[in-house]
Amino acid sequence: MKDSISKPITRVDAPAKISGAAKYIGDIHFENQLFAKTVRSDKPKAKIVSIKTPSLPDGYYIIDKNDIPGINRMRTVVSDHPIFADDEVNYIGQPILLVVGPEREKIYEIVSQIKIEYKDESAVFSIEEAEEKGTVFTEYSYSKGEPEAAFHDAVKIIEDEYHTGLQEHVYLEPQGITGEYKDETMFIYGSMQCPFYVKGAIQDVLGWDSDRIRIIQSITGGAFGGKEEFPSLMACQVAVASLKTKRPVQMIYDRDEDIICSTKRHPSIVHYKAGLGKSNQVIVLNIDIIFDAGAYSELSPVVLQRGMFSATGVYNFPHLSVRGRNFMTNNVPSGAYRGFGAPQTIFGTEMLMHNIAVKLGVDPLKYKINHLIKRGDPTCTGGKIRDEVKLLEIIEKVEKMSGYRRKIERRKKFKGIGVSLFLHGCGFTGKGEATIKGKIILKKNGDTVILKVSSVEMGQGAETCLRKIVAHTLSLPMEKVICETIDTGLIPDSGPTVASRTTMIVGGLLRQASLELKDCWNEANEIEISKTYKHPDFLSWDDDKFVGDAYPTYSWGANVAEVEIDSLTYEINVKKISAVYDVGVPIDEKMLRGQMQGGIVQSIGWATIEVMNSSKGKLAQHNLTDYKIPTSMDVPEIACKFIENPYEFGPFGAKCAGELPSAGAPPAVAAAVSNALGIPIKSIPLTPEYLMEIDKHED
Amino acid sequence: MKIEFILNDKKRVIQVDPASRLLDILRDDFELTSVKEGCGEGECGACVVLMDGKAVNSCLIPAGLIEGRHIVTMEGFRKTERYKVIEESFLKAGSVQCGFCTPGIVMSTESLLRENPLPSEEEIKEALSGNLCRCTGYNMIFEGIKLAAERGKGLW
Ligand code: FES
Ligand code: FES
Repeated sequence: MKDSISKPITRVDAPAKISGAAKYIGDIHFENQLFAKTVRSDKPKAKIVSIKTPSLPDGYYIIDKNDIPGINRMRTVVSDHPIFADDEVNYIGQPILLVVGPEREKIYEIVSQIKIEYKDESAVFSIEEAEEKGTVFTEYSYSKGEPEAAFHDAVKIIEDEYHTGLQEHVYLEPQGITGEYKDETMFIYGSMQCPFYVKGAIQDVLGWDSDRIRIIQSITGGAFGGKEEFPSLMACQVAVASLKTKRPVQMIYDRDEDIICSTKRHPSIVHYKAGLGKSNQVIVLNIDIIFDAGAYSELSPVVLQRGMFSATGVYNFPHLSVRGRNFMTNNVPSGAYRGFGAPQTIFGTEMLMHNIAVKLGVDPLKYKINHLIKRGDPTCTGGKIRDEVKLLEIIEKVEKMSGYRRKIERRKKFKGIGVSLFLHGCGFTGKGEATIKGKIILKKNGDTVILKVSSVEMGQGAETCLRKIVAHTLSLPMEKVICETIDTGLIPDSGPTVASRTTMIVGGLLRQASLELKDCWNEANEIEISKTYKHPDFLSWDDDKFVGDAYPTYSWGANVAEVEIDSLTYEINVKKISAVYDVGVPIDEKMLRGQMQGGIVQSIGWATIEVMNSSKGKLAQHNLTDYKIPTSMDVPEIACKFIENPYEFGPFGAKCAGELPSAGAPPAVAAAVSNALGIPIKSIPLTPEYLMEIDKHED
Repeated sequence: MKIEFILNDKKRVIQVDPASRLLDILRDDFELTSVKEGCGEGECGACVVLMDGKAVNSCLIPAGLIEGRHIVTMEGFRKTERYKVIEESFLKAGSVQCGFCTPGIVMSTESLLRENPLPSEEEIKEALSGNLCRCTGYNMIFEGIKLAAERGKGLW
């Protein structure tokens, strides 16, 4: 691997982070800054009758809907979330107003004196209830083949339902934004994934031209989708506050506040009806997906779409009908979370295949292998699998690493092994990339090259990865290839840092630009090359009918999980995860391994100990004492390998990676638990109570 | 209340409410921003500093408790040779992603290696049980600490 791009290098951002010199938004003090605290609804659904505020001491302010010069809505896919509540609230934690001032203590005192009178209205608290009442936000469907006729031919019909729960991101750095109105311009600083999303949102709220708005990302302490759309809301609030007070306004959440009001992973219920042919093959599948979108729709339509287009997993079912619905409830809004709807539906489909196989008395892995999609096959939406699918090679490798065959044959109660197969559609869904048209600029300045992109470093290694692509192409040392500050005044819009698109799409543009620069390197001292994304002609997508290539290509993976379950407490101990991934070509093998391991552990959390319930719209877990995430004591041994499968249009053959692991570990762990207890698993998180109950039931 | 303590090898005298958190004193009064607040309730370890050589969550330490103590933050520790070894090892092992947990983890590492210069994997896990990391899945942090223990033989 000596000269290969995959050979690990040192992360460029790591030294400052290790020494503690790295400044996150809460570490940056602005001269004359004020602090802001949000007053939130404590009702799940109500009309606001009156708000009584105390008389404010000098220098303290209340900022609410009346201070908004533009539109009181946050710009996103569906711009329905009010910046500050109008005259009604729809979830506990919805922002109503800010108290702003120089001393935090005094702010808290003022907050405690504000009295809000509500008139309660009837609320909806669960997806089941929402389905009954029909509070649907979005509904989509698509089909393939002739599902109805195929059900006629089926010799066996199996129906099943799968559930997944809420998940909180727990980026270790809570959300934080500072707004500064200065020289007729609004400057926004903070922890975020998508500076240009924030910019668009501020434009709407202030009603200003875009050249008076600058968004500057600060070092971001983890995000996982949680800082995709949410920072726009905070940014709009502090912008309005700074405009009114003419001073910088900083708003940093503490953990409780962050958990109460920030977006979560969509809870889901997926209902399946499978028709089996003569050889017990699934010939037709009906998939009915419902997501709890929470009180506002926001990004939910696109989350649902990815969920729907990933619902067939790595399989080719000849006949298919898929329906997806997002429901409005009076819960905290659901939003982007690593995997973006796909981990939910892949969990259901993997467990369905597993449970059918067990019911038929055949090995789950063999059963799954019989259904694998191949190169040349149609995708679930009638697109085409164009690139080589190396699933068999992946499976062979993961079997070897884990000793799966040997171990599955020697089943012991309370000890189990399980396998999952999964994929991730690379880049935006459907026409997303074609619409965003990401731009990048590469600038040669003497012996240095400056990269101008809007893709942010948030822990995933984007900065190192993108600089490495350029440095490697131009045979320059890393120090000679630098990134422009993430400041919307200085960089073009390369699109948001989401959808595992950074390496493949933005890195791909940088690779093209560097190759061009290489050709003309000696022609001048200063050279600037810009590139705009062009969607390959061979990809077609109909956004109304959902027909065509939902994704340009796919990354693939297999996980084997080994678990032990305590026979008394039913606590799960995940002993080992063996993982193999095809992400094209790793841009940096070590960074990638870090991404995969982190994703594995985070999604094991979702599948096991991360329990979040809401009762009557109120979250029962709102701090890290109640909401447990995996600690160093909980993590399994992880063996992680990559197989190379270069993608023609990716930089050095790279495809997508960051979200891929989130879909893999949950069904592998659930299959292992199912194997250990000899019972079908249909729901996560796998709490001891749930396992005890179904184990008893089965006995 | 007047409190005297040693902060990163310097004697300091401050006038504070004895209930105020060490975390706030360090961040607000001394601008030592390597000390992070991830939860404020003793669960995450982002705020870990050394108190008389032992890792403590500074969000749980009231000012009244620091009288006469030695407090070390990353701003002090990063000047040492032992820090250099930990830094190199963490870089090599890929122990860092978003970095928000990292200063706290480095502090816990120093505290562990002081007590136990050649810890086993189990002992490393135990020592880090109060430091949450959401990015790495921990394994590459364990590798970093093992590497530091090896490379820094004799330093602890
Ligand atoms: S901030 Fe002190 S333990 Fe989390
Ligand atoms: S590196 Fe992000 S929390 Fe540890």
